Amino acid sequence: MEKILDIRDLHVSFKTFGGEVQAVRGVNLELYRGETLAIVGESGCGKSVTANSIMRLIPTPPGEIKDGSILFKGQDMTQLSDKEVRKIRGVDISMIFQDPMTALNPTLTVGDQLTEGLRQHRTISRKEADKQAIEMLTLVGIPNPVERMKQYPHEFSGGMRQRIVIAMALICDPELLIADEPTTALDVTIQAQILQLFQKIQKQTGVSIILITHDLGVVAKIADRIAVMYAGKVIETGTRKEIFYTPQHPYTKGLLHSVPRMDQKGEKLIPIDGTPPDLFSPPEGCPFAARCPMAMEVCTKVYPFHSELSRTHEVDCWLQDERAKKYMASTY
Amino acid sequence: MAKYILKRFIYMIVTVFIIATLTFFLMNLLPGSPFNEERTTNEAVQKNLEAHYHLDEPLVVQYVLYLKSIVTLDFGPSIKQPTETVNSLLGRGFPISAELGIWTILIALISGVALGVFAALKHNGVIDYIAMTIAVLGISIPNFVLATLLIQQLAVNLGVLPAATWSSPQHMVLPIVALATGPMAIIARLTRSSMLETLTQDYIKTARAKGLSPAKIIVKHALKNALMPVVTILGTLLAGVLTGTFVIEKIFAIPGMGKYFVEGINQRDYPVIMGTTVFYSAFLVLMLFLVDIAYGILDPRIKLHKEGGK
Repeated sequence: MEKILDIRDLHVSFKTFGGEVQAVRGVNLELYRGETLAIVGESGCGKSVTANSIMRLIPTPPGEIKDGSILFKGQDMTQLSDKEVRKIRGVDISMIFQDPMTALNPTLTVGDQLTEGLRQHRTISRKEADKQAIEMLTLVGIPNPVERMKQYPHEFSGGMRQRIVIAMALICDPELLIADEPTTALDVTIQAQILQLFQKIQKQTGVSIILITHDLGVVAKIADRIAVMYAGKVIETGTRKEIFYTPQHPYTKGLLHSVPRMDQKGEKLIPIDGTPPDLFSPPEGCPFAARCPMAMEVCTKVYPFHSELSRTHEVDCWLQDERAKKYMASTY
Repeated sequence: MAKYILKRFIYMIVTVFIIATLTFFLMNLLPGSPFNEERTTNEAVQKNLEAHYHLDEPLVVQYVLYLKSIVTLDFGPSIKQPTETVNSLLGRGFPISAELGIWTILIALISGVALGVFAALKHNGVIDYIAMTIAVLGISIPNFVLATLLIQQLAVNLGVLPAATWSSPQHMVLPIVALATGPMAIIARLTRSSMLETLTQDYIKTARAKGLSPAKIIVKHALKNALMPVVTILGTLLAGVLTGTFVIEKIFAIPGMGKYFVEGINQRDYPVIMGTTVFYSAFLVLMLFLVDIAYGILDPRIKLHKEGGK
């Protein structure tokens, strides 16, 4: 399978009056053509910053990509000029944002906003652009697309707006679609419809998707692979099966325990105690150590090594060390 | 739409009527009369004069006569300048005040918006600080101080521009600059803050994610949304500046209509007071109406007229 995106050792920081926030601290991720990768983690763990960095949408200043590389089809996004990045944005990589109520400009018609990307990047007549936009609206399931083109965003419901945002992202036929919490702001019934739409589009166009979410239900439904982020680092990656059935990192396990389950009646949800570390001065060792029920002395001192459990399953945790395994086996 | 305009038009008439009524009774509460001067006039002459201007009639009769003058748009002769009618005074003064006003607003609007946008784009940078320093100075320096300074430096010391009167384009420069600085500063500050807010909106990020150029994002996506507050104050600014500004017109000896406001009150020249007030309020109400129409054009969410069912 062709690797479409390869993020190596990405560091992103934000300068604030209180100091420098290290939002992303050495993220490694890869994405293959046609697959859906979900990035999960709690608020503030750096998932959105990672996604915005791919398209160079980090506001600079205060944000800055400090180190690392983002290879998209072999070219390093961090090294391109602003002009070169603009030629990739919306054409090769598109992005969908969380809140469809605010992601559309209230003073421009939907048709105008749909076609402006096309007319920016392709030499195309207005009529042809309109035709393609109408086709796109039909694809994402908006009835009466011809009339709807002339309407303004406030004349659409939330779900319909998210469909328009998706149509807008797909109109230049991108190879990579980054969806930043695309269903968080929607009703549960609409969420399901939008997720089905993602699957349908991926089948039709073969687009690769990075899905950022904190909703494990969404992940279980459409992700091929999952990356779990915590305090600016990817702590575990694996296929959907590996993460849901054999999670290795105590944080991943904690996340899964805190999701309500339909098949186990009466079982209490177990929250993860404590709060994520302060990213102004992140801890030297494992950032989860302070909240981890299995924490050992080494965890607070040295960041755990990276271990590969299978070709797809990777985890950063001291529990993978042979000595820890031996100790666990002898005590329990 | 036609129905909405008709409705607004009726409201406008009611508003002007209320303002006119209040002005009439307030004016009559003022002690003194046009013929109340140190110089003693013959009592018979005074009686005759009062009778001529209907000032001897009961207040209610005067009020009705006055309403009639508004409806017929004929405010009659000025008491203090008997050779002039109020209409001729306004007819001569307003075009000059309006010319000064239109240039002032145009220059204030263009430079204010430009200053505000650049300040917002270079937020907390050098340009921002310079622009906002200019804006604070513009707001805090009264225009008569600025006008005097301009005359002293540019007209008297350097002699590059004429100091006063209203005859050629050169004559217009100093009064327009003096008058435009304040509104420009207000517009610049408003534009900056509203632009800063707009630039953090999600749809600006969406536009960037589409790969649009920065110029296109600012002009097409940000400015239209950011200008709403500017449009709001524009109506009041327009009415204020177009109908004459007493101080600036006085300093530059411009024969606009500003002086009639003040002189009319000082001299208890009742027809002039009423004429200028009604004219000003009608103009203000009309400008506010135009602003409301402009809202609808700028922001489609603001519906001026209700279409059934939606």
